[in-house]
Amino acid sequence: MKKYDAVIIGAGHNGLTNAAYLAKAGLNVVVVEKNDYIGGAAVSRELEPGFWYSSCSYVCSMMRQVIHRDLDLTRHGLMLVPYLGTVSFADDGSTLLGYHSEGPNYNELRRLSPHDADAMFRFMTDLERYSTLIRKTLLRTPPDPTSFKPRDIQELIFLAKTFWEMGEEQVYEYIRFFTMSAAEFLEDYFENDFIKAVMATPGIIGTALGVESPGSAYVLLHHVMGDVDGNIGAWGLARGGMGAISNALASALKAHGGDILTGSGVDQIIVRNGAATGVALENGDEVYGDIVVSNLDAKRTFTKVMDRKDIPEEIFKKAENFKIRGSSGKVNIALSGLPKFNNVPENRYIDRGGQQFAGSMRTLEKAYDSWKRGTWSEDPFIEAVIPSAWDPTVAPAGKHWMSNFIQYCPPKLADGPWTPVKRDQFGKTIIDKIERYAPGFQDLIVHMEVRTPHEIENEVGLTEGNIFQGELTIDQLLFNRPFPGYAQYRMPVKNMYMCGSSTHPGGGVSSACGANAAREILMDLKKPNTVPEDDCYD
Amino acid sequence: MKSYDAIVIGAGHNGLVCAALLAKAGRSVLVLEASNRLGGLAGEREFHPGFHVAPAHSVSHFSSAVADELSLSDCGLTFEKPAPTTCLGENGDHVEVLGETVKGVSADDQKAYLAYRQQLLRFAGALDHVWGKTLPRIGHGLKDNALVYGRAGLALRLLGKEDMREFARVLTLPMRDLVSEHFDDPKLQALLSWDGVLGARMAPRSPNNAVMPLLLRMSGESGGDFVTPKGGVQSVTAALQNAAEKAGVEIKTACPVRRIVVHGDENGLKATGVELGDGDIISAKTIISSADPKTTFFTLIGAEYLDIEFSNRINRLRTNGYVAKFHAALSGLPAFNGLSKPEGRMIIAPELDAIEFAFDDAKYGEPAEKPVMEIAFPSLANPGLAPNGQHVMSAHVMYAPYKEKSNWSDATRAAFSRRIIDTIEKYAPGFANLIIHSELLTPTDLEREYGVTGGHWHHAELAFDQMLMMRPTYGAAQYKAPIPGVYLCGAGCHPGGGVMGLSGRNAAREILK
Repeated sequence: MKKYDAVIIGAGHNGLTNAAYLAKAGLNVVVVEKNDYIGGAAVSRELEPGFWYSSCSYVCSMMRQVIHRDLDLTRHGLMLVPYLGTVSFADDGSTLLGYHSEGPNYNELRRLSPHDADAMFRFMTDLERYSTLIRKTLLRTPPDPTSFKPRDIQELIFLAKTFWEMGEEQVYEYIRFFTMSAAEFLEDYFENDFIKAVMATPGIIGTALGVESPGSAYVLLHHVMGDVDGNIGAWGLARGGMGAISNALASALKAHGGDILTGSGVDQIIVRNGAATGVALENGDEVYGDIVVSNLDAKRTFTKVMDRKDIPEEIFKKAENFKIRGSSGKVNIALSGLPKFNNVPENRYIDRGGQQFAGSMRTLEKAYDSWKRGTWSEDPFIEAVIPSAWDPTVAPAGKHWMSNFIQYCPPKLADGPWTPVKRDQFGKTIIDKIERYAPGFQDLIVHMEVRTPHEIENEVGLTEGNIFQGELTIDQLLFNRPFPGYAQYRMPVKNMYMCGSSTHPGGGVSSACGANAAREILMDLKKPNTVPEDDCYD
Repeated sequence: MKSYDAIVIGAGHNGLVCAALLAKAGRSVLVLEASNRLGGLAGEREFHPGFHVAPAHSVSHFSSAVADELSLSDCGLTFEKPAPTTCLGENGDHVEVLGETVKGVSADDQKAYLAYRQQLLRFAGALDHVWGKTLPRIGHGLKDNALVYGRAGLALRLLGKEDMREFARVLTLPMRDLVSEHFDDPKLQALLSWDGVLGARMAPRSPNNAVMPLLLRMSGESGGDFVTPKGGVQSVTAALQNAAEKAGVEIKTACPVRRIVVHGDENGLKATGVELGDGDIISAKTIISSADPKTTFFTLIGAEYLDIEFSNRINRLRTNGYVAKFHAALSGLPAFNGLSKPEGRMIIAPELDAIEFAFDDAKYGEPAEKPVMEIAFPSLANPGLAPNGQHVMSAHVMYAPYKEKSNWSDATRAAFSRRIIDTIEKYAPGFANLIIHSELLTPTDLEREYGVTGGHWHHAELAFDQMLMMRPTYGAAQYKAPIPGVYLCGAGCHPGGGVMGLSGRNAAREILK
């Protein structure tokens, strides 16, 4: 059996990024993937002839631009097309258009509240300022606050210095922002409930928190700190679907001489006298490597594909306590035509941006209450987009597909496990809701794919279907991610590393985790670093 | 009119502590109290002929430093020994916690509890020196910063690698995650979460703001156990009054302050005294307010004297209370299923979700459909609080939002009281028949009765962004208000909350500097 320098488990975007950078440094690497297709949660799938669903993640904004350029992903076929605007729907069916240009946007907000129209500038400025600090840390390895290694102390001093220079006011504002709820945070700026709801939605996406839960303000930031070609906070589609990102990364990897083995699910990580030496596949094969890098989430890595005897007991416990709660669903729908929405002048931006069924702060929070009770809301938050409307490559001419991300959807139901029947009931809830805003919607449906946390876990391998590979709460961020003391991508077993979103800086199609892990690995192997510094555009 | 070195507004326990310490240092001090009794929320009142109760029914972390400096033991303050906290089960299947022992749970949970408590006590110990200090302003004076925050960092480091790492992780955990990592028993989980969420706009699932207040509570002698003074909470107030008067403090009750007199000239603003309700003006070099920050800055001083940014920060302080007080005058002691004597405090919240779902109602401005509560019978330890053979019950009931939909209409109150009584009846059959008289104090009532904005008994939510060097907000977190001559000494300052006395003591030390 062929022996590699490095075996990477899981061909998600972080695994591919990690492999690409290792290969670029001259390592002989292989990525093993359980599915017959690559991409993990950044994938495009043709489940209905001619329709290419971005089955899981559907919007691209967190991809580190420096990696995009450094790996030459454009040449490898990745093209980002920005949203032009969004339409948000209130409980009563009225709408708020988010224009991409400030003037019209201001006037639109004024319709609902002159006060909030003015506040929006303040809000955006502050948000951008907060994101600046985090963006600085995305492509850095978190320091270990308990270590006296020069490098850690250096990093700690870097953080301390950053805070010191920010001064009292900024530190105070940051601590507020990092600990408070999205609702309280927005309260500082806006008076109109619907505007608050629209701005609050990024604070709950993918998380088991509500708009009223402390900590959701940070999640909000986590979603707006990205950029499309440097436009901070902007969102975009990957032409050809999210799979285009994975395909470009894979193509970059191959260009550097790396291999990918699909249909090769890992049964167990092989550990010989305290060191990882390779992986045993479900198909019986074994693949050996000097180092093993897991792109699986922390819980799966340590409780599923590793023998409990091979790891310290405390790590097993930490992995079991790792917070990775499924809270999201996804409904992908193939349509015979473009739906026509009520209260949207000329169906504006339906064909060139996102649709947010935000409703109101109460509706958002009520949806969370349902999740807490082990069921889904009859009136859930839906973030939708119709990519085919401005990406002709993902649906037949004149036809469309609509991506619906749903918050919240419980990983386990109060009345027992998920069944196909219940899954379809969940799907119907979504269709019924959209039908209310776009009469005749149902008649356009050609095909649909309903994914509850159950499907996401089974197909993608994300524990509980958590899209971030672990909750984005302070106890699992920075040097606490995935576990305190193991935030520097090295795992307790020798020659073993992690590179998935369970590590700093966490979820989102950013490639940052994979790149950071590669930098650490190359350091250990005494190889020249191939991972670029982040330029952050600021 | 006579002039003083210092005037303390409000005779709550922090006001009295501050006044007494200043007088001991030789200052001439006048304390002005609006109501006709002392002690504020820690002061007893007769809510029904012969029946007395104080809003606060325990003093679990009263500062021993304060007690020593004012030698309160000589003034008659001694504490009962810690009493158990019991999470009631409808069929008498209770879980009881006292010190390091827990009854009514599996051997595993008992073992886990010991480790859990010891670890939290280690964490609390590492923070100990932080509570009794004025925390320097971030970025002002590298030396002070290094001294205090550096020392805190060192104290944490000295816990050892593992503990320090755990601390950094645990500090922001929601109570639900913290306790379910350790325990399987639902009642034990709920019981231990209680002190983390009590009083705040928080439920067991809410991250970030639970563990800090919990560690603050555990910093007390009893490590967070339920402790009352001999003679009731009132005797804290009595002892403080006694100590203050010994030291020469002059105390005037029924003497509301209308405003703090601020004098402005080319040298800037300066507080010169206070104007009383009747228009009289008493002048003093220093004015110390133990009122909550919003009252102090907006009612007593006035926004016109404040920088707009500062007013905004005070204005957005989260000060809405979510706890109601329920007091009952009882013809006898209720018999709780499977409980020989209702000693200490009893918690009615059989599982975490009971607290969580009660909170869900409050989020939308509705009093909890199924209220959860902590109840105690102060008259057990202090028969003097009720006529012979009769008793008073004091309950902290969650959740009762300050901003209630109907603005606490009589119907809403009646219904809520009914639900409280019915809930207790489940655990103590016959309880309802013992009630001679009962009163419900919603946060709006507490606001009116005790002049605390939002009826929040901590004066401002104990949350990360409203604690430490940010309590109440930067620019006033070192007890010095932006107006020269004005200081804060109430629970709205660091460390704040609970009958503790440290805010008053820290303030006094700043003033004497």
